[in-house]
Amino acid sequence: MNYLELLKFAAPETLLVIAALGVLGVDLLVMRNEPARYRLMVGAAVSCLGCFAATFWLLSVDQQAHALNGMLVLNSLTLLVKLSLLLLTVFTVVISLDSNFTQHVGEYFALILLATVGMMFLVSAEEILMIFISLELASLSLYILTAFHKKNLQSAEAALKYFLFGSIAAAFTLFGLSLIYGLSGATNLQEIANALKGRTADPLLMAGLIMTVIGFGFKVAAVPFHLWAPDAYQGAPTPSAAFIASGSKAASFFVFAKVMMLGFAGAEGSGFWRNFIPGWAPVLAILAAFSMVLGNLAAIAQSNVKRLLAYSAIAHAGYALLGILTDSQQGVSSLVYYVVTYAFTALGAFGVVAVVENTTGDSRLTDFAGLGRREPFLAFCMMIFMLSLAGIPPLAGFFGKFYLFAAAVGANRDKLGLLWLVILAIAMSAVSLYYYLQVLKQIYVAAPPTHQGSSSLLMASSTPISPLTRLAVGVLALVIFVLGCMPDLLLGRLAPAIQSAGL
Amino acid sequence: MLAWTIYSSFIGVFALTLVRANNPRAARITALLTALVGLAAAVGGFVQHKADSGIVTVTKLPWIKSLGIDYYLAADGISVTLVLLTGIAAVVGILFSWNIENRAKEFFAFYLSLIGGVYGVFLSFDLFLLFVFYELAIIPKYFLIAIWGSTNKEYGAMKLALYSFIGSAMVLIGLVAAYVVAGARTTDLLALASFPFPESFQYWAFPLVFIGFAILAGLWPFHTWAPAGHVAAPTAASMLLAGVVMKLGAYGALRVAMTLFPLGLKEWQVEIGFLAVVGIVYGAMVALVQKDFKFVIGYSSVSHMGFVLLGLVTLNTVGLSGAVLQMFSHGIIAGLLFAVVGRMVYDRTHTRELGKLQEMDLGRALPFASVTFIIASVASMGLPGFSGFVAELQVLIGAWHAFPAFALFAGLGIVIGVAYTLRALQKSFFSDIEVKSVKHARPFEPISTPERIGGAVLIASTLVVGLYPRLLLDLIVPSFNSPLFDALRKGGGL
Repeated sequence: MNYLELLKFAAPETLLVIAALGVLGVDLLVMRNEPARYRLMVGAAVSCLGCFAATFWLLSVDQQAHALNGMLVLNSLTLLVKLSLLLLTVFTVVISLDSNFTQHVGEYFALILLATVGMMFLVSAEEILMIFISLELASLSLYILTAFHKKNLQSAEAALKYFLFGSIAAAFTLFGLSLIYGLSGATNLQEIANALKGRTADPLLMAGLIMTVIGFGFKVAAVPFHLWAPDAYQGAPTPSAAFIASGSKAASFFVFAKVMMLGFAGAEGSGFWRNFIPGWAPVLAILAAFSMVLGNLAAIAQSNVKRLLAYSAIAHAGYALLGILTDSQQGVSSLVYYVVTYAFTALGAFGVVAVVENTTGDSRLTDFAGLGRREPFLAFCMMIFMLSLAGIPPLAGFFGKFYLFAAAVGANRDKLGLLWLVILAIAMSAVSLYYYLQVLKQIYVAAPPTHQGSSSLLMASSTPISPLTRLAVGVLALVIFVLGCMPDLLLGRLAPAIQSAGL
Repeated sequence: MLAWTIYSSFIGVFALTLVRANNPRAARITALLTALVGLAAAVGGFVQHKADSGIVTVTKLPWIKSLGIDYYLAADGISVTLVLLTGIAAVVGILFSWNIENRAKEFFAFYLSLIGGVYGVFLSFDLFLLFVFYELAIIPKYFLIAIWGSTNKEYGAMKLALYSFIGSAMVLIGLVAAYVVAGARTTDLLALASFPFPESFQYWAFPLVFIGFAILAGLWPFHTWAPAGHVAAPTAASMLLAGVVMKLGAYGALRVAMTLFPLGLKEWQVEIGFLAVVGIVYGAMVALVQKDFKFVIGYSSVSHMGFVLLGLVTLNTVGLSGAVLQMFSHGIIAGLLFAVVGRMVYDRTHTRELGKLQEMDLGRALPFASVTFIIASVASMGLPGFSGFVAELQVLIGAWHAFPAFALFAGLGIVIGVAYTLRALQKSFFSDIEVKSVKHARPFEPISTPERIGGAVLIASTLVVGLYPRLLLDLIVPSFNSPLFDALRKGGGL
């Protein structure tokens, strides 16, 4: 393979890097003395341009490749996931428009784009070195994005916590992967699986496997590796938190599934009820069970919406793990549908939180009081996001859950081995309705705060909500609704893509 | 035609979003027109449906092809009966909420989306679609109560929402498991009903799904949401709750749990019958000692819905058709009772304490309300000539064949029913306490025209069905011969 061909396959990522450099350059050289709002607009425009160029390339150039020992594997499934990642990035950029937490506009957008590059490489990697490198590229960018609110102590604390936990988790992953490499002598996932055949009970393999799982468990915020999530979500500037909750989560889940199902094929074991066999399946089953229970129960007690969304994200990670556990084409299809729609929903919810934060100064539950009358449109969108997260039809969250659960139960049709996890998941999502309704109760039922003293001052000083933010949130809500009513729009493309990807 | 009941409701919701927020009158009229269109479609479908029509397909389109889920609307005699009930309840409910001024636009938007969901449940013959509509109805209920309710509204609303959601979570487990076990990649009710599920599977799936649905029907001991929710709800919402939402639960239990898992039903028949009878007697006895007027009606709903559930598990045509008839009858009568208590009395006196109402001499102050309430009470007690009599009699006959002991206790429930109804009637409207001084400085605002029309419609409905029950029974009874109930018939039921 020559470099020209390689450049062709990696062109979307290259375009994003160029855009990132462009944002930096433009902001540094030309926009230095312009007002912040203007700089934000230009930065966002350049970033979106990069994303659109990459999207255009993905859509127009046929991409089927298996290059460099699996470092770059492109097929229609990775295409779909990459497109969703680009879309999520665009929306993240747009909801950043109203923010006023930073003077370093160029660096902010450049980091978002670099994180996207990391995630995109992550999606197309089937080789453990490449997976690790792109994971680090994405993570490091996200650490900095978390710390971007320089004047806020919470932001710094959150970033430090995220960074410390993250680097330990990365160390675990690296150690685990090196053990696996030592065992198999290969870095390509397929070859690892071939080399590991028949060594299921090997303690070294188990050690390597569990360490790898720890690293990914941290990325997707599964219990007990979730401790960073609530602080990072709450402390980070809201658009950064939105990006961590959406893009990063979707990409991590995708690669997690790939590593487990391709790399450790044959070391599944079994997580079926009363039929546990050592392997990665029982480990994931336990992670899933704990995430669902703890995430949902802890979310009940939260009084800050960002924190609440963090715990709900932990719970959703628990549900999504069922998709990996299913270990079949249906499982992957349901997993991708679930995490992609979840990412859109979480992004939209954070978009509304960002608006509320800009107008009231904080994101406590009580700051949402009376939003239904102040901002009927955004409130309605928030209702769609919350109900979709709770799994109310006809929204995407409901169908995602149904599909995921049907796939999980179908994994072992005769004995219904995974039914115990599905029952737990459904019971816990019944619990989750309570705290989502708490948010909606503030929005629609609670009386709006009286306009006196400080609050009216805040209102006056806050920047107006840009129409683009409204548009972005509205489009996200529409996507959730349409994908919920017509899931075949996505499923119809997913099934053949997964077939061709050979997962 | 019938499908337009659903579409018109959601079109109405959309139309309401275009109405200006400070124009409650426009919102009201939009909602009323929408509900009238729905009622017209329901009546049209009802008239078109003949005794020998069987299951009439309304719409069948592929929806989610990869999972074999269809958008399948159809109707049999049971569906059209309940759709008709929903149509009547929807229109009357709007007439009784004519005085809503606070955020009227949102009120009617939530109201109509609830109605749309209810129509959808009654017309779905695809299990997945049915479940979608069933869950769709949960959220509007929450907001209707939490925003426009009274007494303890946020508690009542949350309790109702969580109970409903837990019930539907149980149903969802059963649904997912049944979909996978059948392995046919279909959620068509007819196809699933003809699939012989293994007996061990039915043994646990049946109670899960049946109770999941029956929670919403007020099955004892999962009924506690009902009084709390009814009392907290605004008048129109409690009319809908008791009138149609509780029927959703009973309908789901009949349509899904019983047809899919007939063997499981045989196993659990006695246990569920027992719970139903306890509900009948318990609800009636608790109603006997309530101080709040609305709690009396709330608990009476639990008692009357017990008859529906008892009728369902008798497994003979008399009992089953009695149960369906009771759904219709109780929908009308409970609506009427809640209309009198919530709208005619409470909105004027601002109290529902029977002790305080005693001193107000309502019999003279609100003559129309008192006459309406007498008729409603008489109907509720099950006097011949009203729909409740035919329905409960059929259930009792059915129960006598299936389990005589339960029939005796259910009969006892009727007797207690007479007692609590007479007590409420006497305390509220015909107190013999000497009214010492007129406490209220100004007289009550007179009963308005919409209230009169609404009351008259409901009274007429219960009378017509009471005097000529074959109007409904001729459609209901043949429905049990449809292929949907084949498995149940083969299993020794019916």
